[in-house]
Amino acid sequence: MSPHLTLATATRVLHQLRHDHRTIGLVIALPCVVLGLIAWIFDGTPVLDTLGPVYVGMFPVVVMFLVTSVATLRERTSGTLERLMSLPLGKGDFVTGYALAFGLLAVVQALVLVAFTVGVCGMDVAGELWLLIVCAVLSALLGSALGLGASALARTEFQAVQLMPATLFPQLVLCGLVLPRAQLPEVLEAISRVLPLTYVVDALAGVAAGTPASELGSEILLVAGFIVLAVVGGSLTLRRRTP
Amino acid sequence: MGNNVSAVEVRGLRVVRGGTEALRGVSLTVPRHEIVGLLGPSGSGKTTLLRSIVGVQQTTAGEVTVLGRPAGHPELRRVVGYTTQAASVYADLTVGENLRYFAAVLRAGREDVERVLEAVDMTALARRTVGELSGGQRSRVSLAAALLGRPELLVLDEPTVGLDPVLRRELWELFAGLRDEGVTILVSSHVMDEAARCDRLLLLREGELLADATLPELLERTGARDAEEAFLELVASRELAASGGGSPTAEPCSTETSEEEQR
Repeated sequence: MSPHLTLATATRVLHQLRHDHRTIGLVIALPCVVLGLIAWIFDGTPVLDTLGPVYVGMFPVVVMFLVTSVATLRERTSGTLERLMSLPLGKGDFVTGYALAFGLLAVVQALVLVAFTVGVCGMDVAGELWLLIVCAVLSALLGSALGLGASALARTEFQAVQLMPATLFPQLVLCGLVLPRAQLPEVLEAISRVLPLTYVVDALAGVAAGTPASELGSEILLVAGFIVLAVVGGSLTLRRRTP
Repeated sequence: MGNNVSAVEVRGLRVVRGGTEALRGVSLTVPRHEIVGLLGPSGSGKTTLLRSIVGVQQTTAGEVTVLGRPAGHPELRRVVGYTTQAASVYADLTVGENLRYFAAVLRAGREDVERVLEAVDMTALARRTVGELSGGQRSRVSLAAALLGRPELLVLDEPTVGLDPVLRRELWELFAGLRDEGVTILVSSHVMDEAARCDRLLLLREGELLADATLPELLERTGARDAEEAFLELVASRELAASGGGSPTAEPCSTETSEEEQR
């Protein structure tokens, strides 16, 4: 791996995004529309203040998972990945380059979404706003990293799209959003502890409740650890030689 | 790299893909500083052979040595240029953006991008998005990317498919120029009339090598008038040998079938 090659790959992915105005528009605008709807539905109740921050952090993981897994599958089917694997590009450069480019997109997404929900919808976050943005960006990086890893399993576009619900929905069910984790059956509670999304939601709920940054350190570190693990896993599943 | 050895040595290469044997024990040598044409009908194993030489194909048995090193060796990644059959460039980037990225990966400079654009006559289209270009223009961008960093060996999978005759001739002149500069070129084609442009020919059919010779040698051996006829002759004599002297039934082997039709 080399910083030069990783940055070149990230720049290339950003150039591709720049040509795709519609995708950028959807990634930035769609979360705002949905959060705006939630604010409207629960107007006059404290729902937006307690659940809003959690939703702000859920969009990046879902959107980035989809975008990354489709982008990687496109590299496989178009032959560009085969060309890259015949060139002096490290597998880590490829995966980290993608994670960096989509991480940057996630920063923009999180900034716009937080500005919109706080400024326009009037969301009142008890915790620090910068912490909310950090959590949203981590969630995006987690989505990208998981998407990269999962795309190795997909042979077709249909499979790639199905991998998002397959990977994320069970985590969403078990992360405490449906039922507080303390009330889950013992086995499911134990499983939820090894799933990365659990700690994303914990951190976001902490921000909503006004927990100071110093007390959320372990959750944030765990999420970061999962991201590194998924990136390493993603580069291990890339193969220079294919059947 | 490894100046005293041949560009490519393949010994007893077998590749099994999806339960069928794509290559059945192929052995061949590609000498340096020559244009070697890999000819054969669609489905004969050309792409699998080229992928094995580049080092992106899982092989079942046999040895592939490129410029004195095992195929796929990290040091080969800078000195072997490769184009896949489909133009392996990013359709949503401009021609220039594509080439600048691949140049960055090879640590080649901007002037190298200008050079390869010039070589494939695409300088005027550098700012166009690849997705808006014609198939022939796309494959020229793909070829330009393979020329970056001045590779010692070029492995080109059907680079002239879908090009008009004028462009095809220009590309073959480009290949000849590169050969004269010392580059070795291994180029596949299913169009037999391109045989005359190559210094040596490899004829492949159903995963087996029918011939490894120059065109004059091939014509002399078979008594044929051109590469196509020589190919049919070789198939017929092989089947005659296989059936133990029965009547030769050279099956109608259309070597002109466009692979594009089958995609």
